[in-house]
Order: sequence, then structure tokens, then C-alpha cells
Amino acid sequence: MARIIVVTSGKGGVGKTTTSAAIAMGLAKKGHKTAVIDFDVGLRNLDLILGCERRVVYDFVNVINGEASLNQALIKDKRCNQLYILPASQTRDKDALTVEGVGRVLEELSKDFKYIVCDSPAGIEKGAHLAMYFADDAFVVTNPEVSSVRDSDRMLGIMASKSKRAENNEEPIKEYLLLTRYSPERVKLGEMLSVEDVQEILSLHLLGVIPESKSVLNASNSGIPVILDDKSDAGQAYEDIVARYLGEDRPHRFIDEEKKGIFGKLFRSK
Amino acid sequence: MSKESQIHPYHRPDLEFKSSSLSVPVLVLGTNDLSVIEQQLLLKIKQAPDFFRYSPLIIDLQELNKLDLNLDLTDVIAQLRKQDLLPIGIRGGTQEQNQAALKLGIPKMSAQSATASPQAKPVQKLPLEPEPEPEPVKNEAEATVTRVITQPVRSGQRIYSHGDLIVLAQVSAGAEIMAEGNIHVYNTLRGRALAGVQGDTEARIFCSDLQAELISIAGNYKISEDLDSSVRNKPVQIYLNELALIIKAL
Repeated sequence: MARIIVVTSGKGGVGKTTTSAAIAMGLAKKGHKTAVIDFDVGLRNLDLILGCERRVVYDFVNVINGEASLNQALIKDKRCNQLYILPASQTRDKDALTVEGVGRVLEELSKDFKYIVCDSPAGIEKGAHLAMYFADDAFVVTNPEVSSVRDSDRMLGIMASKSKRAENNEEPIKEYLLLTRYSPERVKLGEMLSVEDVQEILSLHLLGVIPESKSVLNASNSGIPVILDDKSDAGQAYEDIVARYLGEDRPHRFIDEEKKGIFGKLFRSK
Repeated sequence: MSKESQIHPYHRPDLEFKSSSLSVPVLVLGTNDLSVIEQQLLLKIKQAPDFFRYSPLIIDLQELNKLDLNLDLTDVIAQLRKQDLLPIGIRGGTQEQNQAALKLGIPKMSAQSATASPQAKPVQKLPLEPEPEPEPVKNEAEATVTRVITQPVRSGQRIYSHGDLIVLAQVSAGAEIMAEGNIHVYNTLRGRALAGVQGDTEARIFCSDLQAELISIAGNYKISEDLDSSVRNKPVQIYLNELALIIKAL
């Protein structure tokens, strides 16, 4: 059975798709057969971040509607043969997704894959609901600012009450906190919430902190998941996160200014 | 109240949600058109899905029978259950309807309050309640039950207890916890806490870190802005004294 991971946040623009692409690539690179699904029907982006936008023929909605088979729609990544992408449809909207349809696709994928990463759309409506409904683990992506934290909290509440696991009274979804776009300098200046602040408000297990980094935008624009850029701080941070998720014990980095200072200077001098 | 809506020429809603003294929603059917019922139910539920999901419900047939409209109870109950509502009783039904309901495991509720259980307390009204509800319905749920919550109460979640409420985890900003009795939060309280929501002025709120958005006892409330800095972020108890809300550090 595959492990289903939802990458979610409630708020938009915090880095869900970037995280989905990085995590999926990271898991695949560790040798686990991984599928990543774009649930943002109508606002398809994951294919761009993964650099496979020119190879999209069929999409998630086609598979749900039975217009294409899963094998036809899955796109195999060119850099890592363990990674497959199921893109969203750009011409439909979220109503094209159904609980039964999504359940069927996930079940079929589960036979073949070790991990299934669901890239949730923003909001708490149908698309986001379906992305998390079948999940075993949740990566809650949060920016260190109050509205993002509150939206994450709302999303956590929804997962605790409206997921399949909650409805069937099973063990709840395992929730992990990913703090993205973190800048220790701005935390020090009081412009940003600190890791401790966010953890206190959400009381969640911290899986990792991704520093604010130029490499993320560069990676997105060139269609290369940032985790493949092992020289960048953000890439290393995602690498750490994947390792920690798989059970490795790695110390947290990029939280304090000192450490970031050394890295920061290195990268800024480039 | 039912009479009023008969006399007044105002548009009478086809469905009406009212709360009884037990806070069990009463669904007053004003139509026997199943599709209308379904449509309006969906609309209503959409407004507060968490509130209605698995909510107990009493079906009131008085209006319907006044209009001499026939109704297939089986279909209505199936429809309600489909929407995750749990009908626990009917009232104002004819003998036939009562029997039909009984066959589905749904008992008849007395429409009057007089026959309530012996230790029934006089029901006080929540000041916020817009209209008086003269028919408290008593049933086995009367016994005060303490609800214990061990998971964090997240933003957007609502918790209701018919007795006391004990929360062992934090209550986030944007969450709402309500109890007919006392509220204990052995963690940070950031959301809204309303104790004594059925009018119990003796109810109290206890929490180990007060950062609440709003606190209320029997309808007397204070918002975050009015909280004195001497009690903020501290363990406190909150109670009513002569209708004044007293917040005291523990």
C-alpha cells in the first residue's frame, strides 16, 4: 500500500506546489516509486515546476472520467525514473473532481507506488478537501506570518474532522509543519514570526524550515525542482525534510541567523 | 409562535430551524415537497456544515398537519439522514405519523413542556436569542454530560457541551467552544469561550493561559480588547457577579 501525502496550507502562495515537486522528487531520488498529483484543477502549475508542461496529453480529470487510463496520463520524469506526474486539467474546474473518482485513482496508484503526493489547491473548498480526504500524512506548508498561520490552523481543523480517517474513526492523519520562506534576519528585526511562535500557535511537529531563497524562483522558472539544486540552501532544506520524513535524524538548519549568515554570505557573493 | 406565523400574511419559510431548551434543532416542515425540502436543507447546511453534521434533530409536523398536507415520513427521514442529520424525534404528528415514526425507531416528543422530567430546571433564555421558545423538549439527553476534548480545537471548529466542557489542548483563534455548564481549558485559550449558554449564571470559565478573542457567561461577554493586561496570558477563572464578568488570576 502506498502512503498518501497531502501538501496543503489553506492560504495561497505559500509554496505548496514548490514543496510538492521538491518532496516528490526527493522521495523518488531515494529510490521510492512516487507519484505526484496536481489537484489544482483549472490552475495547473505543477507541470511547470517539474518542467514537463510540454508533455501533457491527458490529465487527472480525463482519468477520473474514464477518458484515459492512468498509464496514458502519468508522465514519467526525465531526470528520475521513479517519479511520475499526474497533471491537473487546465480547462475544467474543481467540480470535475468527485470523491469516488479521486478514490478510484488513488487506489489504482496505490498498487504500484510507494508514495503518492497530493498537491492541494489553496482554499478550503472542494479541491482542497478532496486532496486531503484520503491522506495518511499531511505536510502543512506555512509562512511565518499571522494570516498564513491561521489558515493552516483552519486546514488542520478540517483535516481532523472531515478526512476519511476522521469519518471512519481511524487513526488521524499525521500532521507535519513545514515553515517556508523563513528569514532569520527578519525574525530578529521582529518583522516575521519565529519558528517558536508558529509552533506555539499550531502545536505541530516541525519537519523543517525552508529559508527564503532566490534559488526557489529560479528553479520554478526553469522547471527544475529546487531539491535538485544541491548547492542552494532551499534545496538542502528540502533534502533534509525528505530524510527526516523517512526517519533519519537530522538537526534543523536555517533557523538561526548565525548559520544562515555563513550560507547567506556564500550565496550572496556568488 | 406557530399561530403567529399562521395569522401574519408574511412569507412563511418552508423550513425553519429553531433551537429548543436542549439545543436540539427543531425542523418545522412547512411543505411536503421532498425536492424543496432537500434543496433548502442543502442551502441551510452549507451555511454551517460543522454545526449540522450529525446533529440530532426533532421533526415538527404541526404546521404541516394544520395545512392538511400529507407526508411520507420514511422519505423525509431518509432524506435527513442522507444529509448527515440524525432525527431523534417527531412532534405535532398525527397518530399515523407517530406510528410510522416509531417503526423507524423515532419516538414522539411531547409538544408541551409540562410533561418534562421531574428534576427539570426552569429554562432561562439566552439574552442573545431573538425569539422565545416556549416548548422545552425533555428526553434522555437531559443528564448533564461532561465533554472532554484532548485534541487541539482548531480555527473554525465549534465544540458544544450540554454539561461541562474540559479541553486539554489549546483552543486556537477563530475556534468556538460552548458549554451549558463550566468550561475548563488546561492550555492556551485563544478562541471564543462561552459558558452557561443556556442561561446558567453560576457557570465559570477556567483556563491556564488567557488570550481569548471573546469570553461569555450566560450571555454576558467581554471581547479581547476589553481584557486587562493584568490577566492576559495568565491562568485565570472567570465568573459572574451581579451580571458583571469578573476575571481573576488563579
